[in-house]
Amino acid sequence: MAQMNMVQAINSALDVMLGRDPRVVVFGEDVGYFGGVFRCTDGLQRKYGEHRVLDTPIAEGGIVAAAIGMGVNGLRPVAEIQFADYIYPAFDQIVSELARLRYRTAGDYSAPVTIRTPCGGGIRGGQTHSQSPEGVFTHVCGIKVVMPSNPYDAKGLLISSIEDEDPVVFFEPKRIYNGPFDGDPHKPAVPWSTHPKGEVPEGHYAIPIGKAEIVRPGKDVTILTYGTMVHVAEAAVQLAGVDAEIVDVRTMVPLDVDTLCTSVCKTGRCVIAHEATRFSGFGAELSATVQEECFWHLEAPIQRVTGWDTPYPHAFEWDYFPGPARIAAALRGVMEAR
Amino acid sequence: MNALVAPALTQTHGLALLRAMLRIRAFEDRCYQLYGQMRIRGFLHLYNGEEAVAAGAFAALRPEDAIVSTYREHGHALARGVPMNRVMAELFGKQTGCSGGRGGSMHLFDVTRKFYGGNAIVAGGLPIAVGLALAQKLRGEPALTACFFGDGAVAEGEFHESLNLAALWRLPVLFLCENNRYAMGTALDRAQAETDISLKAGAYRIPAAALDGMDVFAVETAVADAARGIRGGGGPVLLEMRTYRFRAHSMFDPQLYRDRAEVEQWRKKGPLITLTTRLKALGLMSEEDYQRLERECNAEVDAAVAFAERSPWEPVSSLERFVYAERHRR
Repeated sequence: MAQMNMVQAINSALDVMLGRDPRVVVFGEDVGYFGGVFRCTDGLQRKYGEHRVLDTPIAEGGIVAAAIGMGVNGLRPVAEIQFADYIYPAFDQIVSELARLRYRTAGDYSAPVTIRTPCGGGIRGGQTHSQSPEGVFTHVCGIKVVMPSNPYDAKGLLISSIEDEDPVVFFEPKRIYNGPFDGDPHKPAVPWSTHPKGEVPEGHYAIPIGKAEIVRPGKDVTILTYGTMVHVAEAAVQLAGVDAEIVDVRTMVPLDVDTLCTSVCKTGRCVIAHEATRFSGFGAELSATVQEECFWHLEAPIQRVTGWDTPYPHAFEWDYFPGPARIAAALRGVMEAR
Repeated sequence: MNALVAPALTQTHGLALLRAMLRIRAFEDRCYQLYGQMRIRGFLHLYNGEEAVAAGAFAALRPEDAIVSTYREHGHALARGVPMNRVMAELFGKQTGCSGGRGGSMHLFDVTRKFYGGNAIVAGGLPIAVGLALAQKLRGEPALTACFFGDGAVAEGEFHESLNLAALWRLPVLFLCENNRYAMGTALDRAQAETDISLKAGAYRIPAAALDGMDVFAVETAVADAARGIRGGGGPVLLEMRTYRFRAHSMFDPQLYRDRAEVEQWRKKGPLITLTTRLKALGLMSEEDYQRLERECNAEVDAAVAFAERSPWEPVSSLERFVYAERHRR
């Protein structure tokens, strides 16, 4: 075991896979010579060469499409889109080509592409460097959507994504690259070395895609969340003083309905928290699923705590960000409902 | 580019090219009828007039080459050797189609012939071809990727991204632009500031040429020459084949954007007429030979229609298959 932050864990996953599988190719803007703007690919080009770790021009559609072409021709490309906010030029390639290649050929062709992309706010990035567009991708059938909340999961899930036969969009919550973040920007930064999930094996291991994890058992209410918000939810539980069960969804597609709904049926109450905007956000899908599966067990209406339905603000980041106080208020709300 | 050397025209070769074009024409004409009878549904884009491009290009390409195509791709698939039965069945939406009936006219795929699809998104295939060629290069395959696209695709950003990437990484891509002068209903000079498409390649240091896309030998020779250079590690080449589509863009197009006279002018210099006249003048083909070829092609189309008609539909219960990977293979 080693101490790793999320950047190092992701780097380690790529390192392990480049070393194990000659079909793996890592590429994207600034990933090779420079080592990535968040340093996730640091040193990999030096170690594996320019034919395994490639720099590309700023051309997201071209990057994803090239990954499709490589994937369908026998490679396992891992493309980086530098910020999730930059993924939209590639959206057509993801939706019209990547996601449906297997379906439109009745299983004859497929492209096992992994698209890594840092997402989320809390870094003063403003409207085009802070977005959480996971819900947009969960609406596209044919791709899997993953978002880890800690270094251990990040490495294990990234390895699973690269080994998966289907395309995966792998969101990396960049606010927690260097340490868990509980939603209070005024507290000093905490490193991953203080967190049990900062303990990461150096070699190969996989965390299955499609499995949620109960990160805090509890009996009063279930919090369904993922990414940075897992840590914010933990702070909110302390603040509200309720015995909440926190479920880290980890993979949005495929969704671990069983783990999520077993928890809600047990507690009878549900709060959903994500950074992304509310309307048609992934929380809406979670809420609908819980309603369908747990209706007769629910003691209170489901509550969602999310970003506002606005672009990510420049000066009011901590108002927009669904911090511990807002989640705590929702927890108290569902506890008081009769 | 090197000086083009036309191969000596033999009777066998001349007739083979004519047959390749006649097959496509017979197929497309039948599709037109079947569409009117509502036996083929959905969108349908016919290749009439452009047959010399497919016949010439595929005569010069090799089985190991990867092919990326467009939504006007019946001719490409047939010239590539995708069985006509399976192409027709795909248009019918039947399970025996080359894409299992999942795609229809615009989505013909064939793994064994390295046919990486028709594509209903204009320019969508260009950067995928770049990826295929990048994989060919990284894996050291002695093959190239031939990427067909129309003049309309040149307006998309992906065209420019793809040319840059292919040139930057010196990839084995053969860009084959089928310039039929109209992007649906918009003439090239209404859409492009520079209407000479071959010139655009120069900005990416890609060797390029424009040629008569109605002349099957010109296409074959140019493609063979370009392919030789690409296989030798010379990097990508772009060929602009100037051609014309005789029929409407799709089956929903009243063709209000062009004169009938213009269409008639082009029909007179159509690829079938040109080659037929030439073969007859050289004494390489009699009218009887021509009639026989045409009969054979029509018979193949008859058989393909019968095959499609009697083929089963995919059961509705299996329509959720192949969205994600599964253990069972078709």
